[in-house]
Amino acid sequence: MLSYLIRRIVNAVITLLVVTMVTFGIFFAVPTITGSDPALLYIGKTADPASLEGIRTKLGLDDPIPVQYGKFLKGLVAGRDYANGADVTHCDAPCLGYSFKTEQEVTPLLISDIPVTLSLAIGAAILWVLFGVATGVLSALKRGTFLDRAAMTGALAGVSLPIYFTGQLALLIFIHELGWLPDAAYTPFLEDPAGWFTGLILPWVTLAFLFAATYARLTRANMLETLGEDYIRTARSKGLPERTVIGKHGLRAVLTPLVTVFGLDFGTLLAGAILTEQVFNLRGLGYQALTAIRQNDLPVILGVTLIAAIFIVVINLIVDLLYSVIDPRVRLG
Amino acid sequence: MKGQESMTEAARGERENLLEISGLQMHFPITRGVFKRKVGAVRAVDGIDLTVAKGETVGLVGESGCGKSTTGRLMTRILEPTAGKVVFEGRDVSHVGNKGLRPLRRDVQMIFQDPYSSLNPRHTVGSIIAAPLQIQKIPTPKGVKAAVQDLLKLVGLNPEHYNRYPHEFSGGQRQRIGIARALALRPKLIVADEPVSALDVSIQAQVVNLLDDLQKEFDLTYVFIAHDLSVVRHISDRVAVMYLGKIVEIADRDQLYSNPRHPYTVALMSAVPTPDPARRNSAQRNRVLLTGDVPSPINPPSGCRFRTRCWKAQDICATEDPALTARLGDPASHQTACHFPVAEDEVVAGRRPASSNA
Amino acid sequence: MSTDSLAGLTTPAGPAKRPFLEVKDLTVRFNTDDGVVKAVSGSSFAVERGKTLGIVGESGSGKSVTSLAVLGLHRTRSNATVSGEIWLDDKELVTASDEEVRKLRGGKMAMIFQDPLSAMHPYYTVGAQIVEAYRVHHKVSKKEARVRAIDMLARVGIPQPEKRFNEYGHQFSGGMRQRAMIAMALVNDPKLLIADEPTTALDVTVQAQILDLIRDLQQEFGSAVIMITHDLGVVAELADDVLVMYGGKVIERGPAADVFHEPQHPYTWGLLGSMPRLDRELRDRLTPVKGSPPSLINLPSGCAFHPRCPYAGRNGDRSFTETPELRGGVHAVACHLPAEDRQKIYEQEVAPNL
Repeated sequence: MLSYLIRRIVNAVITLLVVTMVTFGIFFAVPTITGSDPALLYIGKTADPASLEGIRTKLGLDDPIPVQYGKFLKGLVAGRDYANGADVTHCDAPCLGYSFKTEQEVTPLLISDIPVTLSLAIGAAILWVLFGVATGVLSALKRGTFLDRAAMTGALAGVSLPIYFTGQLALLIFIHELGWLPDAAYTPFLEDPAGWFTGLILPWVTLAFLFAATYARLTRANMLETLGEDYIRTARSKGLPERTVIGKHGLRAVLTPLVTVFGLDFGTLLAGAILTEQVFNLRGLGYQALTAIRQNDLPVILGVTLIAAIFIVVINLIVDLLYSVIDPRVRLG
Repeated sequence: MKGQESMTEAARGERENLLEISGLQMHFPITRGVFKRKVGAVRAVDGIDLTVAKGETVGLVGESGCGKSTTGRLMTRILEPTAGKVVFEGRDVSHVGNKGLRPLRRDVQMIFQDPYSSLNPRHTVGSIIAAPLQIQKIPTPKGVKAAVQDLLKLVGLNPEHYNRYPHEFSGGQRQRIGIARALALRPKLIVADEPVSALDVSIQAQVVNLLDDLQKEFDLTYVFIAHDLSVVRHISDRVAVMYLGKIVEIADRDQLYSNPRHPYTVALMSAVPTPDPARRNSAQRNRVLLTGDVPSPINPPSGCRFRTRCWKAQDICATEDPALTARLGDPASHQTACHFPVAEDEVVAGRRPASSNA
Repeated sequence: MSTDSLAGLTTPAGPAKRPFLEVKDLTVRFNTDDGVVKAVSGSSFAVERGKTLGIVGESGSGKSVTSLAVLGLHRTRSNATVSGEIWLDDKELVTASDEEVRKLRGGKMAMIFQDPLSAMHPYYTVGAQIVEAYRVHHKVSKKEARVRAIDMLARVGIPQPEKRFNEYGHQFSGGMRQRAMIAMALVNDPKLLIADEPTTALDVTVQAQILDLIRDLQQEFGSAVIMITHDLGVVAELADDVLVMYGGKVIERGPAADVFHEPQHPYTWGLLGSMPRLDRELRDRLTPVKGSPPSLINLPSGCAFHPRCPYAGRNGDRSFTETPELRGGVHAVACHLPAEDRQKIYEQEVAPNL
């Protein structure tokens, strides 16, 4: 088990290193090679050659690409100094550089966005797992009944309707027409838990609706398959109550594929639910990313990408570990 | 007719050998890590010698994991041996490539256990049986359809059903389709790997009889791989018993069944339930109950591989691998790989192995 | 239907004493898209404690469906209809509530299955599964249940039971796995044990060990055992009484010695003739049953065996139109052939070829 854990962690670190290399390559090396100039992006087209040269020196854009990458890595783990003669700016680790547009440090900027995205993702995930799995299990148990068909039709709608449609609809109904909820907004949990909850409930539900649908369908299919397994028959022949048969023996087997899918979905969501944040005007990572892309703000894009990658790698690590907890055959080789 | 026709040693001597395998070995490597470092090998087949004469049926029996199926796949060169030789009609085919295998693919056919998974569900029976004809470009004077229908008739299926799909047939009929496909190329040797073990008893007998009839009609040579000792006895002229990748005993059918020498053969035969309630008690008294499980083929016991479960094992069994040779004045055709073969009048009943390490 | 003939099988039928397990006129139907599957039709039998009943038949003969019906396992299938009577220790199970049957399941009656690998939950340790089985029926602590489970593992001959307790099904060999399944089935001291092809997936030397174990345990626990198998050899080894099923019906029933030595039904003859035997002289040819087993959705009219029966024409058109009833005393058979004719055919045509 321990060696398995170490193997997985080493793998994760290697993956992250590769991700930094690739993102760095794309965002810094490619413009250099194609002749577009990051320094120009930073200072604007009207800059005079002298200040342009200054920027170049300060950002280290004149160094060879491997050296630039080395400095970038060093900045990530130890922080770095941007220097042009006497003009020295220190950037603490983990340093992701400065925004081209606002000249703010990227790291704190993104860190302040993380709670928003995290709140959105976690809340939605809890909702969709609960509802998706419950609906799927019920549907499987009541296969062919009206309930099953209704649930599956609903799920199909959930899968097919895009978030900008359901989101707008929800906004329209619950906020503008019925006035049940305040405008969707992010209030830090520690400041005002109730505000945090009411501000996020609508984005959660909308997002969860989309995902719950997928999970309901997946759970139903897996549950039906599992219920046909011999070990379910064994569980019943032991005289276990039906809810133990389903809830313990059935559900545990159904969980395995669900965990995999959940890891992928949740990881992606942590990188920013771009559409959802846009629709509900939540200033999370997705919102930040979109703004940065519009403005060609390379360091911010790089930062968001990196954070997204870290999230996905970490979640995958967790999923793999969960997997080995759920299924002993993985753990025991 | 088996009883009378069973080939005597002399008769077989006159017949030429169709298949000769010697020192045959199949070690499947076990690898670990990114670099596929070889950390060991499953010694599925570990040095066996066997000749199959033209027209005879050799039975290969043993329990799961003894390497009998792998041996079958090596004989048909579906697998390439890691050592040793496969000689078919005097030609060494152990390592020939795809092109060199072409004639072998015509002369040697295989019938599989599972008639469900070995037939492509999306092809009609006609095209399944016609495929080998077309691949090998065999001329069919009356047309492919007529050839297929002849084959269907031959195996006792309705020739009108050539355009049906496998799922429209019962298990026994599907196995007949497998046999028709194997027969299409008029092979010389058919290796049948557990051809009847997935079938119901009443259907099993139909297929066994069919195989019997076909052998007479086409002078076929069979290697019949099975775990069922009574079916093997019914169909074989000679029988080889395998244990953990090796042949532990080989003899003419009647010799083997009336006078088993190897303790494993004795145990195996005594374990077969007797379908006669009146003999229930005597059968149980005479049964040799082996304890424990078959050891792993990754790390087989030293010396004689059966020694860990054998009630006759002594020190020499751990150090010296017994040769497969005639023992206790047996004819040359009856060979046993055992230091302490079971004598004719030996009382073995109810003995349990000394070391019960399971 | 034919319940009158149950009398001779065990004890004299009377209101006073019912056999430990008595199944009367059991019928199981499944509604499917292709039609109604007549899985079991009017089957009746009985088993006493300490006795073994062997149910023989080929795939689709209804033998497994019968056993699942006794355990009430068709109740969870919405498309199944079960009718008839199942009396276990003077309690009727077909009309009993789900909860009543559930409490008996795994307690008074237990079952072992064909493929122990798929019958065990892959994610729970063998020990945990046995503990669970024990604790459904006994209000004891996990610790006590653990002691009991380890004790059972040792009883069924699993070496190092404390260590094996914490292992998973896939870490066991086939034989050890089936032993563990037996331990799980016996943990609550069942009075009825149903074994559904318990050795079919096992090698013959392991099969001998398992059959030996079942025999020993039955002697120790005095349970009634129903042994379901397609292997006549296994039945002959264990069964006191034998039930031969074909097309969902019991076609022959009697003490094992009678069924093996004086089989009455042409299908039983066919089964015996199909089997090569180590204990007999070699035969030139096996005598198989022609044709294939019937579809349970479209059962042949009259006697379901008539399309495969060489003697179907001897009874006018009765075999084609009229379903034969199971008749006779201790040894009963469902066949239209007159008893004398059957006797003659068996002695002159069938017996010499067995």
